[in-house]
Amino acid sequence: MTLADATILPLALKDVSFAAGGKRLIKDATCVFTPGLCTAVIGPNGAGKSLLLRLCHGLIRPSGGEVVWEGAAGRDPRPHQAMVFQRPVMLRRSATANIEYALSLRGVAPRLRREIAQDALDRTGLKRFARHPARVLSGGEQQRLALARAWALKPQVLFLDEPTASLDPAATHSVEEIVAAFRAAGTRVILTTHDLGQARRLADEVVFMHRGRILEKAPARNFFAGPENDLAQAFLKGELLWWRLGRDNRRPPKHQRTEDRP
Amino acid sequence: MDGAGTALTDAFGLIARFDGDLVEIVALSLKVSLTAVGLAALIGMPLGAALALFRFPGRHSLVVLVNAFMGLPPVVVGLVVYLLLSRAGPLGTFGLLFTPTAMIVAQTILILPIIAALTRQTIADLWREYEEQLRSLGAGPGRAVFTLLWDGRFSLTTAVLAGFGRASAEVGAVMIVGGNIDHATRVMTTAIALEVSKGDLALALALGLLLILLSTAINGAAYLIREIAARRHG
Amino acid sequence: MTRRLFLLFAALLLSAAPVTAQERFVTVASTTSTENSGLFKHLLPIFEKKTGIRVRVVAVGTGQAIRLAERGDVDVLFVHHKPSEEKFVAAGFGVKRLDVMHNDFVLVGPKSDPARIAGGKDAAAAFAKIAAAKAPFASRGDDSGTHKAELAIWKKAGVDVKKVPGDWYRATGSGMGATLNTAAGMGAYALADRGSWLAFKNKGDMGIVLQGDPALFNPYGVILVNPARRPAVKAAEAQAFVDWIVSAEGQKAIASFTVEGEQLFFPNASARPQS
Repeated sequence: MTLADATILPLALKDVSFAAGGKRLIKDATCVFTPGLCTAVIGPNGAGKSLLLRLCHGLIRPSGGEVVWEGAAGRDPRPHQAMVFQRPVMLRRSATANIEYALSLRGVAPRLRREIAQDALDRTGLKRFARHPARVLSGGEQQRLALARAWALKPQVLFLDEPTASLDPAATHSVEEIVAAFRAAGTRVILTTHDLGQARRLADEVVFMHRGRILEKAPARNFFAGPENDLAQAFLKGELLWWRLGRDNRRPPKHQRTEDRP
Repeated sequence: MDGAGTALTDAFGLIARFDGDLVEIVALSLKVSLTAVGLAALIGMPLGAALALFRFPGRHSLVVLVNAFMGLPPVVVGLVVYLLLSRAGPLGTFGLLFTPTAMIVAQTILILPIIAALTRQTIADLWREYEEQLRSLGAGPGRAVFTLLWDGRFSLTTAVLAGFGRASAEVGAVMIVGGNIDHATRVMTTAIALEVSKGDLALALALGLLLILLSTAINGAAYLIREIAARRHG
Repeated sequence: MTRRLFLLFAALLLSAAPVTAQERFVTVASTTSTENSGLFKHLLPIFEKKTGIRVRVVAVGTGQAIRLAERGDVDVLFVHHKPSEEKFVAAGFGVKRLDVMHNDFVLVGPKSDPARIAGGKDAAAAFAKIAAAKAPFASRGDDSGTHKAELAIWKKAGVDVKKVPGDWYRATGSGMGATLNTAAGMGAYALADRGSWLAFKNKGDMGIVLQGDPALFNPYGVILVNPARRPAVKAAEAQAFVDWIVSAEGQKAIASFTVEGEQLFFPNASARPQS
């Protein structure tokens, strides 16, 4: 699987909703993710950012609406994606073996696995941990290992759910460097984050969510200069939003008005 | 308790002499119980893992049943296996009654639920931790069975040791299906029962102590292996 | 390392396979009291040396032994309760019952003798005294030959043990040794075969209080399980065993078995076969 394979993007969400335990957690989510960018999904706690990511990646099924990989044309989009979670999940084996395991799931030949794994460890600066048990590495090192594992899979789309929320600034910096490397290699990156500074550093595009709805989607430059949505404005200023409904919550957000409804 | 004092000296005497009969009995005990544990693990571990990972109708009832069967009375298992293997029973033609094979069958049935139930719990806990990442990487429940069994190997050894403990300590099942035949199907527990019935309590106690010593040795070895491996693989 | 462990397991499994056809053996169902007396340890090596046939003895209670024989799980039945044995043959499960030997039962009890039995010669009278005094009595209660003999004596004494008030009559539901242990533990009387009593190592302060009454006579019979009924029976080997044990040589071997200098079993196979 290489990036040279026909792309599965763009990813289109069409009126996606998700309910669990009788509560609607995602409501009428509609947007399109085009190739070549890095999108940060931001918003207060409970906005549904992590859920949205999992709906995109296919870990959960929407209760309503559709998640469509428009470029896939009948192919299975899953092998072309990878996801990194807030807490890295490593098997009880060496760092190299963890990467080789992921490669074996993708059907990569045994001879090639070792090579690809070594390369991925080099790229992420983890060469000296190749034979170490993955679980004795520090939090930051394990997260970089998770990224190395994703790198080895050469995904077209990389999802990251709060990848640095549990890490110290130095580890955060290393992780962001690697994410930037993915971006530079052409991988479509979609990440959620609490860290507005991180969003500013990494994102080309910002999606703002509140109480399960996508309220705004705009190029990062524009968004951070001054968002259109009032709640987004308040969020950027650091205000708490949980009790506010917003001034104009019946009109569809701007990104849905100007873009063609798919 | 002067019976205990004699018992200790008798026990050491027996071991030191490498009493021929005793060696035969100990060897058979180990053979029967270890083989039973091996078979029960081979069947019970994938079974327990599947119970943890797959959803199907009646799953909850099956889990309750497996848990309940952890407490199967050995003598009942012995009786059922006897009725199956008896010449007058459905599997009589194989002539397995009163052989070590019958004893292995009975003990395997006895400890299968223990291993399956403990495996199920361990794997269910692991799956909770690993599920999203494994599914993201493309490993569904089917592929995950063996990945998780290997990853949970340290916790699973405890399940295996629990099974071995139950097997090596039971007397009801092997007595009925084995017949406690001298030089053929006599194991430590049935030998102890025999000596008690003869009134030779000191010898019975000595054999009992020996059994406990053996069990301790095996558990100690397992613990050591686990510690060394854990240090190596984290 | 895992591979080596796996191979070890495979080896273990294979070595547990059933006995190969090379070794000839015959399975005999007998009683725990006979086994515990040590008779077989003395007798069988002589037979095995002579014929090359190994004898595997499954020692259980008389009721269970007869069950095993009915189901064809053993080749020979060797117990000591004539009525049950004759019923067994009559029902077609056995070929013929042959007398082999007899031993006797003894009434044992605490040296303190609460029911004042010592010195008597009548078992039924002694039992009646025990019932009257409500002295503790430990019974096997397991449908064994010993148990059946005990019940016959109670009947003769006119005591229905199923209806006795009070709990001086304790049915342990277990073998001879376990019952004697219980009796020793609670200072109770018990009926035991002489062999088990002599071999019993936990006598404490118990002793024989009554012996010699013909009602305590305990005859043994050997029966070949009927191959017509149970085709899997090893008829040739079983017949060899039956023939030997009633032969002059076998009878001599039985007579030569002693415990603490005392002969336990008295051979009484007749020259003519009986039903």
